Amino acid sequence: MAEASPPEAPVEAAAPARGFRARLWDSDVFWSWRHHPVAIVSSLVALTLILAAVLAPWIAPHDPFNPATLQLMDGFTPPGEAAMSGTVYRFGTDDQGRDLLSTILYGSRVSLFVGFAATLFSMTLGVSLGLFAGYRGGLADTIIMRVADVQLSFPAILIALLIFGVAQGVIPPNKQESMAIWVLIFAIGLANWAQFARTVRGAAMVERQKDYVSAARIMGVPGPSIAFRHVLPNVLGPVLVIATISLALAIIEEATLSYLGVGVPPTQPSLGTLIRIGQRFLFSGEWWILFFPALMLILLALSVNLLGDWLRDALNPKLRQ
Amino acid sequence: MTETSDVRTPVLSVRDLVVDFPLRRGNFRALHGVSFDIAPGEVLGVVGESGAGKSMTGAAVIGLLTPPGRITSGEVYLQGQRIDQLPEAEMVKLRGKRIGMVMQDPLTSLNPLFTVGQQLIETIRQHLPLNEAEARARAVSLLEEAGIPRAAERIDSYPHQFSGGMRQRVVIALAIAADPELVIADEPTSALDVSVQAQVIKVLKKLCESRGAAIMLITHDMGVIAQIADRILVMNAGRIVESGPVGQVIRHPREPYTIKLIDSIPTLNRDPGAPVPAEAAAPEAAAQDAYVRVENLTRDFSLGGGGSFFGRLFGGESRIFRAVNDVSFSIRRGETYGLVGESGSGKSTCAKMIAGLIPPSSGRIFVDGADVWSAEGLASRRRNVQMIFQDPYASLNPRWKVGSIVAEPIRALKLTSSRAEIEDRVADLLRKVRLDPVAMRKYPHEFSGGQRQRIAIARALSTQPAFIVCDEPTSALDVSVQAQVLDLMSGLQEEYGLTYLLISHNLAVIRQMANDVGVMRQGVLEESGPVDEIFDHPKAEYTRMLLDAVPDLDKVA
Repeated sequence: MAEASPPEAPVEAAAPARGFRARLWDSDVFWSWRHHPVAIVSSLVALTLILAAVLAPWIAPHDPFNPATLQLMDGFTPPGEAAMSGTVYRFGTDDQGRDLLSTILYGSRVSLFVGFAATLFSMTLGVSLGLFAGYRGGLADTIIMRVADVQLSFPAILIALLIFGVAQGVIPPNKQESMAIWVLIFAIGLANWAQFARTVRGAAMVERQKDYVSAARIMGVPGPSIAFRHVLPNVLGPVLVIATISLALAIIEEATLSYLGVGVPPTQPSLGTLIRIGQRFLFSGEWWILFFPALMLILLALSVNLLGDWLRDALNPKLRQ
Repeated sequence: MTETSDVRTPVLSVRDLVVDFPLRRGNFRALHGVSFDIAPGEVLGVVGESGAGKSMTGAAVIGLLTPPGRITSGEVYLQGQRIDQLPEAEMVKLRGKRIGMVMQDPLTSLNPLFTVGQQLIETIRQHLPLNEAEARARAVSLLEEAGIPRAAERIDSYPHQFSGGMRQRVVIALAIAADPELVIADEPTSALDVSVQAQVIKVLKKLCESRGAAIMLITHDMGVIAQIADRILVMNAGRIVESGPVGQVIRHPREPYTIKLIDSIPTLNRDPGAPVPAEAAAPEAAAQDAYVRVENLTRDFSLGGGGSFFGRLFGGESRIFRAVNDVSFSIRRGETYGLVGESGSGKSTCAKMIAGLIPPSSGRIFVDGADVWSAEGLASRRRNVQMIFQDPYASLNPRWKVGSIVAEPIRALKLTSSRAEIEDRVADLLRKVRLDPVAMRKYPHEFSGGQRQRIAIARALSTQPAFIVCDEPTSALDVSVQAQVLDLMSGLQEEYGLTYLLISHNLAVIRQMANDVGVMRQGVLEESGPVDEIFDHPKAEYTRMLLDAVPDLDKVA
């Protein structure tokens, strides 16, 4: 039944319904991953850190948020030495005698949650606006992209600070503590949407010229449906790359805000809060209180960033072998 | 397989050339031991379908294989000197000086940021010991020879100020600037219109003749080879299938592959034995009303001015470009109307207005009596009018499975909602276009160009339309695949009484498929009528020129 086909027959032969996993493993992206040591190491590191953060309640040696378990006299124990109580803390303790390893695990939980949620928020916002602007064109496009241009001319952290400050003024003081983390997510997310919008708009403008879009228009598929079901899947490649890089950015922005003291409250310390606390003791010789949270932050941001770099190259057909 | 009738040293001699691409899914052998010679002053035509290895041969000779491709074994000699093992630094001196190159796309083979003169002078001075003024004088004379009028004035123009044909002449002038012994021309005319193509081929042949340079002409178009080449090399799947003098190979091909290739080329002359499409089957057709009627169709585009934000706000001035100007024609039920014309003649704009993609500036289109741009005509248009596009790589969404692609019109028009019924219909449609229904579970990239075009046809058929607009449906396909797709289209027309609007720049395809034809030029319908009448007795000067320019196998001396 298949056409009396010339030598390109191997395509036909090689394709009998392979499983999704087999196809995924054999895909160009995974092949590139398997042959890219930096990608393997950075994804392993990122995965380990994320898993450790998620599993913190089960693997952390102490619960740093339960004051009943804290031994105040264990404070300032250097890493690896026995404290007054006889316990050995691998990463040492801070001024209140909290185990640093546990605080870091719990802290990166907060950092990662804010990072992921903020990226998801800016991605949703940016992709929707970019898709609308790119597919629709015209005045809507002009307005959306001008706003994005204005926003891109500011450092993202300033915008996040501004939004955070405005939110503090609007939210009643008794709710501020509990809502701080959501405000943070909103602020960081809103500061980063423009990158997504720009990329998606550009790609959508290219895609909407293609014949498969014309074919859908001829059969009367409504515009929003074409934008979401036809154009969107074809512009997601670059979005994935930006999402990875902006996850690293969001984690750093959260740390910066928390370091400046406007982020999450001290009762729920994130990596940035821990670094702020540690910084007070740096010059009195208790280096580990700053060092370990900072190391964690660097590892997290670096591994995610390297992963994003690799993904960008892997998805670029021009660099493909 | 190679006959060296010449006692002189061949300009180029290739022996058992093997080219490999070590890829991650194993080694891909692009050339399997290719051997041939080119004598001084000879034009060797290399012909074959896409993937046959013709361009690969050219690239291997000049040492420009894209990595990871490499020459695994074999030898290349230029005037008896072995060049395939020369270091890159030596090859650089050789390219341009001893081997000139003419590429397919005149848009990308010239640097848009430098004037034509700068590029020519640079090339000349790189290879010849001339000063600026001498090089400039030589550049002017080269351009004149290449047929560029007022060359002395135009030498300081930028490439974008030249038309496609003129630009390709500049590229030819560039290729012969340093008097090379060999010119490799890779599809030099494929991006050009027929009328321009003929002139460019003449220029290429004349210039090489006057300088005694040999030409290796790579093309998929047998007609071009027939017009210019002395000897022909037919390639398929990385091997040379057949070679010999042009007249002999074209008239008396020996190999089955060559015979098949030549047979599948549509010709301008109607084969007396072939059935006249559909017309004979409908004697009452003349009496019947037109199924599609286009009346005074006009479309204007505004150029610049009004496009920007401020332009829109302040109503800046915009220039008007009339792409389609007062076009009227009609198509009878079950027949095919062919629209021919060169690029920019407005044929595709016409197609888009008829299919409902862009609204006409004025004029009306009736399908089955209903105005397709009126509110009432909209629903019937979506059901009755479908379109097949030129590029089968762009017309199927790469992220969708074939099944969903073919079913999309059914879902969009809500013809049925039951999953099982949709699946049955899709399977049925795929069988109609002679594809295995298993295809519905695969993605478009798993199919070849011809198979994708079949999928596009299946999608167009899925709403059981009566009228299909085909915009260059086969111009992206190889000739043998083109023949299969055209066959399928006429088969389906007979079976379902489809009406086609067939748009093509290829006059032979129109001759083979259409009952009536319209010739468009710069937005105006120059003439329109039954295909035999217009092709055999063209009234318009332009039609005659177009017909004369078509390189035809029958013209081989």
